[in-house]
Amino acid sequence: MSRLEVNNLLEVNNLLEVNNLRVDLPVEAGTLHAVRGIDFHVERGEMLCLVGESGCGKSMTSLALMGLLPRKARLTADRLQFDGIDLTTLPERRRSDLRGARMSMIFQEPMTALNPAYTLGNQLCEGLIRHRGVSRREARDRALYLLERVGISAAKDRLEQYPHQLSGGLRQRVMIAMALMCEPDLIIADEPTTALDVTIQAQILRLLRELQQEFGTAVIFITHDLGVVARIADRVAVMYAGEMIESAPTPALYANPAHPYTRGLLSCIPAPGKTPPGSRLQAIPGVVPSLVGSVEGCAFRNRCPQAQPACERTPPLMSLPGDHRARCHYADRPVPAPLQPEMSS
Amino acid sequence: MGTFIFRRVLVAMSVALTISIVSFMLLHLSGDLATSIAGPEATAEQVEQIRIDYGLDQPIVNQYLDWLGGALTFDFGHSYYYQSTVVDLIVDRMPITLTLGGVALALAVSISIPLGVLAALKRDTWVDRLALLFAVVGQAMPSFWFGLTLIVVFAVTLQWLPAAGSDGWQHFVLPAIALGYYATPAMMRLTRTGMLEVLESDYIRTARAKGLRTGAVIFKHALRNAIIPVVALAAVELGFMLGGSVVIESVFSLNGLGQLAWDAISRNDYPVVQAVVLIIALFYIVLTLLADVANAALDPRIRTR
Amino acid sequence: MTTSNVSATVSSARRPGASLGEVPLPVPAWSRVTRRIFGHRGLAIGLIVVGLAVLIAIFAPLLAPHDPYHQDIANRMVPPVWHDKGSWVHVLGTDKLGRDTLSRLLFGTRISLTIGLVVALISGIIGTTLGVLAGYFGGRVDAVISYIITTRLAMPVVLVALALASLTGGSLITVILLLGLLLWDRFAVVSRSVTQQMRDAEYVYAARTLGCSLPYILLREVLPNIAGSLIVVMTLEMAHAILLEATLSFLGMGVQPPLPSWGLMVAEGKAYMFFQPWVIAIPGIALFLLVLAINLLGDGLRDLNAPGGRN
Repeated sequence: MSRLEVNNLLEVNNLLEVNNLRVDLPVEAGTLHAVRGIDFHVERGEMLCLVGESGCGKSMTSLALMGLLPRKARLTADRLQFDGIDLTTLPERRRSDLRGARMSMIFQEPMTALNPAYTLGNQLCEGLIRHRGVSRREARDRALYLLERVGISAAKDRLEQYPHQLSGGLRQRVMIAMALMCEPDLIIADEPTTALDVTIQAQILRLLRELQQEFGTAVIFITHDLGVVARIADRVAVMYAGEMIESAPTPALYANPAHPYTRGLLSCIPAPGKTPPGSRLQAIPGVVPSLVGSVEGCAFRNRCPQAQPACERTPPLMSLPGDHRARCHYADRPVPAPLQPEMSS
Repeated sequence: MGTFIFRRVLVAMSVALTISIVSFMLLHLSGDLATSIAGPEATAEQVEQIRIDYGLDQPIVNQYLDWLGGALTFDFGHSYYYQSTVVDLIVDRMPITLTLGGVALALAVSISIPLGVLAALKRDTWVDRLALLFAVVGQAMPSFWFGLTLIVVFAVTLQWLPAAGSDGWQHFVLPAIALGYYATPAMMRLTRTGMLEVLESDYIRTARAKGLRTGAVIFKHALRNAIIPVVALAAVELGFMLGGSVVIESVFSLNGLGQLAWDAISRNDYPVVQAVVLIIALFYIVLTLLADVANAALDPRIRTR
Repeated sequence: MTTSNVSATVSSARRPGASLGEVPLPVPAWSRVTRRIFGHRGLAIGLIVVGLAVLIAIFAPLLAPHDPYHQDIANRMVPPVWHDKGSWVHVLGTDKLGRDTLSRLLFGTRISLTIGLVVALISGIIGTTLGVLAGYFGGRVDAVISYIITTRLAMPVVLVALALASLTGGSLITVILLLGLLLWDRFAVVSRSVTQQMRDAEYVYAARTLGCSLPYILLREVLPNIAGSLIVVMTLEMAHAILLEATLSFLGMGVQPPLPSWGLMVAEGKAYMFFQPWVIAIPGIALFLLVLAINLLGDGLRDLNAPGGRN
């Protein structure tokens, strides 16, 4: 048995395996490397949070997983496996058999994600009818059950309504019900609460977490808000400039952030009781480097408070104890003291 | 929805009334009708006699009210030239023009919508460029000249189809092509832009994320939304085509409303001219009204408000 | 009764300045414009052909090999040069009265371009005035002007123009006036909707708070900002007017003989088209090319005006 086959057998339990995933987009000024070789996996039934600021490649990653990348985008990966199925070579027709059936997606904008021309019932049912070949009646029963399950009252009447007749929060609940229609193994939720009011956000988050635990569905939750993560995620992966710079179980990440960027993000969150009232929240100074063309060295070094000469070299992904990984030269050791003390004044 | 339609109908009726006034005034004020009718060789006495015979000596407001009173009961008076009432002439000729317009519209719709969809799906490929070329050429082609060219090629040289007359369906093929091509570019472009816009939309991504087949994504989810403005445009284009039928009917010697109007204009048969202008305007008004209703019916956001 | 049906033909307005795409390096404004023009094939072709047509119209007397009105019955219906019986004396042949087709074609450019320009100018002034007033004031003014636009749209242009031209006796001047008074609808629709978007723009608001007079605001703040859209409409209406003049003349109610209107040339050749098809082909193609070029120009300008891509 070759080593690769052994690996396959060992890791077949993971629902999703991603190795060295790259997404390139041709733009006017050259090639935009939106995702620059990321590795991660998703276990069955777990909730993984993908965190990063806008433009870090997290949405491109989710579209790549779903096979919904823009037509001009180019995807390469050493491995992109969903439940043992190689997604990189899967023909589009077979791929569409998976979409909506075994992996589904919830989008950021509930106001525009539903087709204005069809009733909610129609849009909820069509995926199930397509994938399972059930009758319209059976599909409606399932839709009705899920609408009630996601907390929509008068679900029966809602089936006959059009998207514009619902508020944003209700529409997002419908989107969640829609994602659950075929009992998928994986749901990708791309900032599903960003466009909603704060009170609604909390409700939707709680709902997603409940459903995820009830149905045992794995969820990739994409957000720019590290505050959200602590409440719901089993594991967290932080993305920066198209790379995955740190991943860890949620408690470990909060207790021991190993990457300076993660530490910066954490210090941006006001903590009740800890952050003194009236004090200024920290922001990370500087801007993300352009992803057009190649990035040399650590992508974060121009904003990093502790950048060192070594950071000119691209840092490896360092393994830390407890399934904790970080892409920083100094993830497992202290930053050397400044050589010339007078410069630090 | 009910009040919406009611308000539109009110506006439509008052527009029709305004047009009847404007066209009446334009015809009566832009020249001396009596002189025109009498012809260049008539003496002053003859002109005066015609003026009195046709009631043209009356104040113009009285003339209009007389005419309007008749028009409301579909009595447009007598033709100066034919031994017949204007209504009989119009009823006699209308089917030909409506057939021509209907066939031309069907032709235009069945070419422009598939072509627009295809161009949008194959954006920036040779298919798209070809479709665009087809549209640009159609916009620049003078319809009378296109009609004559069709006659020379298909009726005279190839002898596939008749060049003139209205005896059978074959007679409508060439005129319908000439008239339909005129309406195609605008609808094709609107379909294309609409599809491009819709295909970029979030709900198409949702539909694809559901794993729907490409056909269902394009036809059920995209086209259904992109087509709404095209339906409205089609109705308006039909109105324009009926108005433009005067050119095509004269080229192909089709004895429809347009030909009637042209004959009436060259023979100074003003009651007929007046009536045809009003009838064609009425068609346009009704069609745009239907377009608005269709728009509302097709778009749940308007329908269920 | 919506007027939006018509506005679909012209893309929505953009603020000037926003229309220049993201060019990474600072490039002088003029070379940026030329680059965009020649990067856009349709616009370049349109510009060149229209430019040629203008030159031909200006220099027609120098270019024409013969007097366009000179009749030579002995040499009637001479075929064009590529025909077996053609000759270089009459490159494009002669018509039924023995007049040189090429010369008439060259002089005809003058008629078409004059019609296009003057009609677009007249209708542009009428339509823009109505549209800007309706868009700026809204309310009652808008309701009345919109009603006028709706009424105008419902009038069958070809029929009304034919009837009026026949009554007034067709001539170049009456055709120009008629079309100018009829074709203002698109100007009104477009300038109305663009002005509506502009009415609440901050610089207009600022001018209002500063107490600028109404004519000042309309002429100095609003008009320059809708000029881009108006130029696009202008090209489209030029093409429209040229086609309509040809149609009227073809039907015998427009420009009268012996003027060398292209539509008239087609009409005069109609009787001979079965055996000498070039008599209608040549003026028809000239008409087609000119209108095509103007439309390409208009489409190109619209693309420059709206960076989102072509419509």
